[in-house]
Amino acid sequence: MTEPIIQVRDLRREFVIRSPAGRLRRARTVVAAVDGLTFDLADGAAVGYIGANGAGKSTTIKMLTGILVPTAGTVRTCGLDPVRRRRELARQIGVVFGQRSQLWWDLPLAESFRALAAIHRLPDATWPNRRDELVDRLDLGTFLASPVRQLSLGQRIRGEIAAALLHSPRLLILDEPTIGLDVLSKERLRVFLSEQRALHGTTLLLTTHDMDDVQRLTDRILVVDHGRLVYDGTLPGLTARVGAERVMVVDLVEPVPDLGAVDGTRCVAVESDGLRHRLAFTPERTTAGAVLEAVGRRGQVRDLAIEEPDIEDVVRRLYLAQVAADGGSGSRHRS
Amino acid sequence: MGERLRPYQVLVGSRMRSQTAYRRSFVSDLLGSVSIGLMEFAEVYVVFSNVDVLGELDFAAAVLLFALANVGFSVADLLVGHVDNLPVYLRAGTLDAYLLRPLPVLAQLITSDVSLRRLGRVVVSVVLLVVALPLNDIDWTAAKVALLVLTPLTAAAVFAGLFVCASAVQFWLVEGSEFANAFTYGGAYASGYPASIFSLPMRLLFTFVVPATFTAYLPVLVLLDLPGPAGTPQWLGWCAPLAALAVWTVALLGWRAGLRHYTGTGS
Repeated sequence: MTEPIIQVRDLRREFVIRSPAGRLRRARTVVAAVDGLTFDLADGAAVGYIGANGAGKSTTIKMLTGILVPTAGTVRTCGLDPVRRRRELARQIGVVFGQRSQLWWDLPLAESFRALAAIHRLPDATWPNRRDELVDRLDLGTFLASPVRQLSLGQRIRGEIAAALLHSPRLLILDEPTIGLDVLSKERLRVFLSEQRALHGTTLLLTTHDMDDVQRLTDRILVVDHGRLVYDGTLPGLTARVGAERVMVVDLVEPVPDLGAVDGTRCVAVESDGLRHRLAFTPERTTAGAVLEAVGRRGQVRDLAIEEPDIEDVVRRLYLAQVAADGGSGSRHRS
Repeated sequence: MGERLRPYQVLVGSRMRSQTAYRRSFVSDLLGSVSIGLMEFAEVYVVFSNVDVLGELDFAAAVLLFALANVGFSVADLLVGHVDNLPVYLRAGTLDAYLLRPLPVLAQLITSDVSLRRLGRVVVSVVLLVVALPLNDIDWTAAKVALLVLTPLTAAAVFAGLFVCASAVQFWLVEGSEFANAFTYGGAYASGYPASIFSLPMRLLFTFVVPATFTAYLPVLVLLDLPGPAGTPQWLGWCAPLAALAVWTVALLGWRAGLRHYTGTGS
């Protein structure tokens, strides 16, 4: 428990982009995908690693797992240098890339599990129990015998997660695990992951675009933007800092061109001549119930929806807040 | 030892099962492979229906040469022929998946596929070898029997090593499969013909750069007690294991450098 399970110091990763310049010459640009990251992850933690597309999340994960060598800085995962001791590390971590399959597309899951058990040299006496647990908890039983290529996305992701957990890793890294899943599948996955943590104390590192994932699964979040860590703390802390607003969309029965001031909200837009109003509010200042009640006094509400702040929005606000704090010096410019 | 190899046994076993699962398509692939073997042989047949002797070899000797070279190549192609598809593995992220497993990446790549359909060409070559042996007037000794057994095995090792070299090159040349094929399939093609018909630079290329002549031509000269072109000592016919060793040394060093290049650039 004393040693962090992930230790990252001044981590940097550059990529060389070559683009045509003139007929024969090619321009060479160095882009830092990860630019001076430093953080620790405690054993047993559940951390959301979030950022916009291209912020450097996957690059970081590749360096943590030994797929990619850092340009500078150090990484220790499970106390090991990931590239030098890749095979040793592979026994202790499980990794799922939501958009890349690690299963054998033409084999049934049951067969894939058998192959993975052999690859990890799991004892014949114990691994079938672990498999049965995963099959039961992830509800894989009905499609265990179908080739992976015939599975739906939700089924395949569950299979991927089971495959990554078969060897009972200490650390589970999930890269966009819920991308493309429907609400129900996402929910089942979240329940499963919380349960596994409680049961086995597995450390969880998760990249996602889904704020609900972060809220439900993690107790700490790291926000990365342009390869740099821009926030490290809790989700309530983040929303407090950037004032991430939820937006209540109310549809009225009769048009009301102007609702007037509703306590603790900001009117974002009035649409359809006053039939639809968008009101932004932060959970710290008021509640959805209070807003609804205030609106109800001014017009009859037919329908409503609440839009959660998305990751891109949060990251953009963090960035703007930081630029404002720096006096707009533009110190975060990327070469 | 058995315990160490168990993961690979399971992997290869599962590959074989998945291939034979679709019986009809497997059989048609197999027939396709047989016809490729026959077509290649037809070329030799056509050449020798116009000339009696080519590069000091008569038709029977040419069949023996062709058969030996092809047994070696087709076995290598069956076992590791898929490794030169490296860009496909890179693009699909399969290599990343291998990097996340506690086994050497090359070993995983090699055991990730066994193209059983290529058995067709192996069968054609073995049949040709069985036919060719009695047609040739060979002065059998124990050493020659040993050489005959050893030759297809070392040839397979040489070609397998060439496939791994071709694979390694593609870490740098992502669209380099044509370039790599020039050495693997080109070497296989060259090995099926008497090297004496090639010009000296080609002969040197296919002996010391791509050691194709070691796989069949030089051993055939020993088996038939032929002198070969000037400056070709008989003992060269016994050097195929050395050639295999050299190819594999280059292959493994190249593969290691390639993998480092991949994890270094991550492209």
